[in-house]
Amino acid sequence: MKFLTAFLAFVTGIMLAAAPARAVELSIVSGDTGNGIKVLREILDRYEKKSGNKVDIVVIPPSTTDQFGQYRLWLAAGSSDIDVYQTDVIWAPQLASQLVDLTEATKDVVAGHFASIIKSQTVNGRLVALPIFTDAPALYYRKDLLDKYGLKVPTSWKELADTAKLVTDKERAAGNKDIWGFVFQGNAYEGLTCNALEWVMSNGGGGIIEPDGSISINNPKAAAALDMVKGWIGTIAPPGVLAYQEEEARGVWQTGNAVFMRNWPYAYALGNSENSPIKGRFDVAPLPAGTGEGARPVATLGGWNLAVSKYSKHPDAAIDLVKFIASPEMQKYRTLKTANLPTIAALYDDPDIARQQPIVPRWKQIFLNAQPRPSSTARIKYNEASSQFWTAVHKTISGDGAAADNLADLEARLTRLKGKGW
Amino acid sequence: MRRRVRTAWLFLAPMLFVLATVAGWPFLRTVYYSFTDASLADLDARQWVGFDNYFSVLGLPSGRVLYDGLLVDPVWWRAVWNTVRFAVLSVACETVLGMVVALALNAEFPGRGIVRAAILIPWAIPTIVSAKMWQWMLNDQFGIINAVLLSLGLIHAKIAWTASADTAMIAVLIVDIWKTTPFMALLILAALQMLPREIVDVARLDGANPWQVFWWVTLPLIRPAVMVAVIFRALDALRIFDLIYVLTPNNLQTKSMSVFARENLFEFDKFAYGSAASTLLFLIIGLLTIAYIRIGRLSLDGGR
Repeated sequence: MKFLTAFLAFVTGIMLAAAPARAVELSIVSGDTGNGIKVLREILDRYEKKSGNKVDIVVIPPSTTDQFGQYRLWLAAGSSDIDVYQTDVIWAPQLASQLVDLTEATKDVVAGHFASIIKSQTVNGRLVALPIFTDAPALYYRKDLLDKYGLKVPTSWKELADTAKLVTDKERAAGNKDIWGFVFQGNAYEGLTCNALEWVMSNGGGGIIEPDGSISINNPKAAAALDMVKGWIGTIAPPGVLAYQEEEARGVWQTGNAVFMRNWPYAYALGNSENSPIKGRFDVAPLPAGTGEGARPVATLGGWNLAVSKYSKHPDAAIDLVKFIASPEMQKYRTLKTANLPTIAALYDDPDIARQQPIVPRWKQIFLNAQPRPSSTARIKYNEASSQFWTAVHKTISGDGAAADNLADLEARLTRLKGKGW
Repeated sequence: MRRRVRTAWLFLAPMLFVLATVAGWPFLRTVYYSFTDASLADLDARQWVGFDNYFSVLGLPSGRVLYDGLLVDPVWWRAVWNTVRFAVLSVACETVLGMVVALALNAEFPGRGIVRAAILIPWAIPTIVSAKMWQWMLNDQFGIINAVLLSLGLIHAKIAWTASADTAMIAVLIVDIWKTTPFMALLILAALQMLPREIVDVARLDGANPWQVFWWVTLPLIRPAVMVAVIFRALDALRIFDLIYVLTPNNLQTKSMSVFARENLFEFDKFAYGSAASTLLFLIIGLLTIAYIRIGRLSLDGGR
């Protein structure tokens, strides 16, 4: 009798548990930096409440280079474990064939997003990922230190190096031993491609691979830009910068040990967070320009999107989730918490955002003028081209070979990689 | 007898089946892919290209001849050299240190059991965890290693350990030696414990000093065990991936064979080329192992 009661209770339990039969379990993979994962979880909690579905975050390391390798592996294996991928702006052409076409499902919302971003995620007429935030780097500077020595915000790399040198010399003489002038992303990975594209292009050295497919990197202005950076290592930038990615650079900056930093807007919200030693003591400016003919400030276009795997068992629910996270309400929520730049034009005029994250409205023009990496030109060969580029740059700035020689070598390698065409 | 043989095969069958599915089949597939132009974006569209991934000759209209493929790829050979150099250095240090530790642990002293267990801790930590842990300890600005060295006055400026290729390789060696010396020590200790005490006692009676006992009695007797331990470690060291991947900037000066293969397999659109690198990696490790066994046996015989 007891057994029967237990059995009945068990069966009832199962039926109750199975009652919301339509609820599905989804997985989203992300390697976001800073508090990005935490904010994503908060957004997902809202989605779970609204839809009844359950969403797990699969967290992976923040290096975009590592992330791509892992995504490729999952997709090539046809894995249904991951439904939604958070993808970098440069990956659309490389992953397109294994992602769901979102054109139909999102035709009611795409008009609100910047057309240029939507275009970057459209491959052969298929929209393969919906943008959730965009990125354009800033020059972070220590307002308090510049004021202290009566210096103004640098607008050229030369000024930046001089200012950094002056401030660090005086600060070190005053006993602040750990201070450095400038930190950026100097490790050999995709982030170095972003940094180096800015150095080269802002010096009038071209965009590595031009939109017509020609390889332009082997020129004296590009070499001069890399020589300039090589001169920073160990003088204004710590030697360790050659192993820094975003978070390592922010580590030095946010503990108050750097006068300048090149980083994405996410560091703005974190630098002003409650326990930050530099809260209220810094501001942002556009990245400096080079000197001479053709010099202008350049910011590399970044940004993250959500894509639905072709192998997802619940593509409809996954598309629904993607649309939820990319919606204006959730983008606003994310921006308020992380200072990530929204992809929806209307949000740049939002008063709450302007008050809490003043960087955002100021960054609209910078992001609109941001320079895309040559991923849509090099297409499926982009990763290798980028790897060749950052290898040559890393070699040069670590002092292994002259910039001109390394760039000539790079040109030969890229030409070989290009073959009959990209 | 026939029945015993049949029973033996019966018992072996499940293991052979598992080995064939998890090791044999993937290996053959990798070799096969290395002869195609497979791309991860669409594996089914692959075509047979013969030895092109390994070596191909391209005649240009201008009369110039281009050689292409893994066998003439300087990046690959640099990776091979990096790996072999790492393997030789790390295994040599680990063998010597492991021997010292094993001899110390073989002596009778109070608390020996606890010390024996404690020394195994680095070996028990997953490599990726210890790599990350050491990455923070070696961090140029906040790392404890720099802080300690600075306060002891051994260095006067913070060292960016993982930034330059030279110090990065030293860092990798330090971490690897820290991690795998216990493994060597354990294997050598096991061999030491098997030694009959009488032989050592007799040697002492004959007036041999401790060094002579070690060199002429202990070492020759544990030599076979040490040789096996070295093979184990060398096989491991030749496919080093995680430490190098985490602790170095992954440039040409530090890239190992496994890092090279992974990069081509998954990051670049060169699955077939990466497969060819994996196949060569297997061949190189295989050849080095065979060479080591041959040389080891030769000198063993010659010594007697």
